[in-house]
Amino acid sequence: MSAAPILEVSDLAVAFRTEEGVLQAVDDVGFDLRAGEFLAIVGESGSGKSVTALTLLGLTRGPNATISGTARFVGIDLASAGDDELRRLRGDRIAMVFQDPMSSLNPVHRVGDQIAEQIRAHTDASKEAAHERAVELLGSVGILNPAGRSRAFPHELSGGMRQRAMIAMALSLEPEILIADEPTTALDVTIQAQILDLLQELNERRGLSVVLITHDLGVVAEIADRVLVMYGGRVVEQGTLDEIFYDPQHPYTWGLLGSLTRLDRPRPKRLAQIPGSPPSLVAPPAGCHFRPRCPHAFGRCGEVPGLEPRAGAAGHLDRCWLTPEEKADKRQAGDRIAPTGSS
Amino acid sequence: MGGPMARFAARRLVSMLFVLFAVSVLVFLIFNVLPSGDPAVRMAGKVPTETQVEAIREEWGFDEPLYVQYATMMKKIFTGDLVSYFTRLNVDEEIWKGLPRTLSLAIGAAIIWMAFAVALGLYSALRAGRFSDRLLTVLALIGISMPVFWVGALLSYYLGYKAGIFPNGGYVEFFDSPTQWLWHLILPWFALAILFIGFYSRVLRADILETMDEDYVRTARAKGLSERRVLLSHVLRNSLIPVVTLWGLDFGAVIGGGAILTETVFNLQGVGQYAADAIGQLDLPPIMAVTMFGAFFIVLLNAAVDIAYAALDPKIRLEGGERR
Amino acid sequence: MTVPLLEATDLVKHFPVHSGVLLRREVDRVRAVDGVSLTLGAGETLGLVGESGSGKSTLCRAILQLVEPGSGSVRFEGTEIVGLGRRELRPLRREMQMIFQDPIGSLNPRKRVGQIVGGPLKLHGVAEGAELRSRVRELLDLVGLSPEHYNRYPHEFSGGQRQRIGIARALALKPKLVIADEPVSALDVSIQAQILNLLEDLQDELSLSYLFVAHDIGVVRHVSDRIAVMHDGRIVEVGATDQVCERPSHPYTRELLAAVPVPDPRESRSREAARQ
Repeated sequence: MSAAPILEVSDLAVAFRTEEGVLQAVDDVGFDLRAGEFLAIVGESGSGKSVTALTLLGLTRGPNATISGTARFVGIDLASAGDDELRRLRGDRIAMVFQDPMSSLNPVHRVGDQIAEQIRAHTDASKEAAHERAVELLGSVGILNPAGRSRAFPHELSGGMRQRAMIAMALSLEPEILIADEPTTALDVTIQAQILDLLQELNERRGLSVVLITHDLGVVAEIADRVLVMYGGRVVEQGTLDEIFYDPQHPYTWGLLGSLTRLDRPRPKRLAQIPGSPPSLVAPPAGCHFRPRCPHAFGRCGEVPGLEPRAGAAGHLDRCWLTPEEKADKRQAGDRIAPTGSS
Repeated sequence: MGGPMARFAARRLVSMLFVLFAVSVLVFLIFNVLPSGDPAVRMAGKVPTETQVEAIREEWGFDEPLYVQYATMMKKIFTGDLVSYFTRLNVDEEIWKGLPRTLSLAIGAAIIWMAFAVALGLYSALRAGRFSDRLLTVLALIGISMPVFWVGALLSYYLGYKAGIFPNGGYVEFFDSPTQWLWHLILPWFALAILFIGFYSRVLRADILETMDEDYVRTARAKGLSERRVLLSHVLRNSLIPVVTLWGLDFGAVIGGGAILTETVFNLQGVGQYAADAIGQLDLPPIMAVTMFGAFFIVLLNAAVDIAYAALDPKIRLEGGERR
Repeated sequence: MTVPLLEATDLVKHFPVHSGVLLRREVDRVRAVDGVSLTLGAGETLGLVGESGSGKSTLCRAILQLVEPGSGSVRFEGTEIVGLGRRELRPLRREMQMIFQDPIGSLNPRKRVGQIVGGPLKLHGVAEGAELRSRVRELLDLVGLSPEHYNRYPHEFSGGQRQRIGIARALALKPKLVIADEPVSALDVSIQAQILNLLEDLQDELSLSYLFVAHDIGVVRHVSDRIAVMHDGRIVEVGATDQVCERPSHPYTRELLAAVPVPDPRESRSREAARQ
């Protein structure tokens, strides 16, 4: 893992004009991605995690969208780059895999054709060469009988195979960054494990930088290096994997960790729950977005907290007005994962 | 694709026979129930005498029970012996003569309406909500609302008779003069097509807008494909599937009888006009034959549409589907 | 020896696949439920865990007679309900209710919440008019909604709230058995905990018995007294929750448990090191 970040996002904000008013989907989001790093963006519905990812590829642009901030990648600002410039990067140097492979693949084109299409859009490979490469790629992600499968239509493959095919397609031009938006949510847990193994292998063996978007903290614990926790369009905490799980600083993170069901622990009488629901992004609460649901909210929370680092850990930031002493005091045992044994 | 194809064709053939039978019985019964008066009386001329009418009845078999009359007529249709009550001409021959004219009209109009519908539908969808889209919507609705005989009459009168640009009706055989054939058909083609252009461009517009929201279109963009490729290979390719099948059905309906009004207004002497004349005179034999002919084409095109659908959309198979 | 609340024996539901021209021959069948037996005692929660295609949703419907089983028996409080006509089944239907997975799809968007929750009461002639309204308000309160929600439409609510409406509706007739088919799968994680806690509270308050169906074994483990594992239309393992989760005997159960990611980074790393 080299030190220089390959992707630098800062002050990213995305707003959509809707019938009900202006929807601020993403607000003041910033993070770095280093080469070979595996970054997980965690959040629930309305957190802005998907919109952030789509914006990096320019897929949220439109007449009703206002995008501000920067996202520097290979010397280009993805947030403000021209459509053509961005299109050249998409699929070639930065690629994306989506949640539901059944709907994300065109049902009337064969799988191999869809991969070859991407190759030919960015290189001047011939039809035959592109198809050969497609078969190779399908084999490289663990699909058996890749030649036969490449002639199949998406609905003829199982869910796991479809997702592997999508990953193969995304990697066809050897991009530097792979963004995976909830890649395993629509899959069975046994298949999920296989796909996560595949992603991990790609990250470790090939040095592929991955941004994984998910709501599943179990998945994050298995596979991520660093974590970004988002809520109501903002980043509320970010840090290394261990920092987030073992030393979380933000009440929302505490709530998320507390409400997990864990197979390796005795069953609690009651699951810790976060009351209320995620905020409306058209008319969000003033100040901290988590305030209405936060058991520790106080007067100052009416003002938006800044994203501040923890003392002694410059990479561990959180967006909360509580002082470190107050956090240590208010954080319950169930709000973090108790470290087992030594690392 | 031998096995499934053969089974499909067999199924369709069986259903076609049922349809033709049902249609013919229905028409026959309706005709005999209508207060049109006794055909024998009407055929006998201005001042019919009893003996004349009786003679005609016997000659034509009107004294036979209905089901016998029906059976005889059906037999005659297939052996080519059916003759019109009033013109005494052979019905099958008349239909045969009119067929190329009807087909010329139908095929030409169908191609034109499809081409315009795709162009206008796509343009409308890409500029959804903007002024040009709203304008096209209004035009489409006008097109759908204008009755074809009115449009035909207007076109024929202003562009044909008055301005003299186009001929004032009539049909020229293709082999006599291709250019004249074309020239005579332009106004009828457009008169017939306008309704369908309006309708199909709306359907296609809606389809395209829906397809553009699909996940796979987002994936196509994420792959870095050019916008043109995304539109053609992904959006249009998928949106056209339901439209193509609709087109096949409408095309069948046009041949089967929808062209009647256009043919009559422009005096093309096709099968439709033949049917119109026969209906006006309540001349049963041509009516029966043309109805069967129409039903046949409609069923045929229905089957073609199903095949096309299966070809275009791999998820639809003629027999079950491949299981994983 | 008390009769179990629900007893299913050798329940079978196959879906035929047809082919042929005039005579539609059956060429294959989908064995959705392929000989399932289970029992549920009063006041108990039986968890049913299975992945997609395991047949668990079909099983729920077969038990409630929403689809007719091909063969097998279902006894509710000792009474055989398979093959019963609609009239005989009607009073029994009040005792068995279902909560569905999709909070959006299972609520009629054109009806107000009050009508949705009060629907069963009206249908079975249990209450009407003022009494109906008051009962509905009680139910809304029971599931954590407020009286002012009575006149709103489903689309005005969040996913978690819609699921509460579905639960209120299921409880309207004071059933003994509630089958919950993936009740929290479509909800955000932080809302899942709310709904799971609510279901537990309601079970204590109203002496309910649950058949809790889900694909997430962690969730199933949390709520269940006993767990049945379903795979390919059959129950491959059943037993007390702790036993099935800690000492699974069937290889499929082991595979399922091993695949669940552990939200503990160090634990996860040591597991992986152990695998290699």
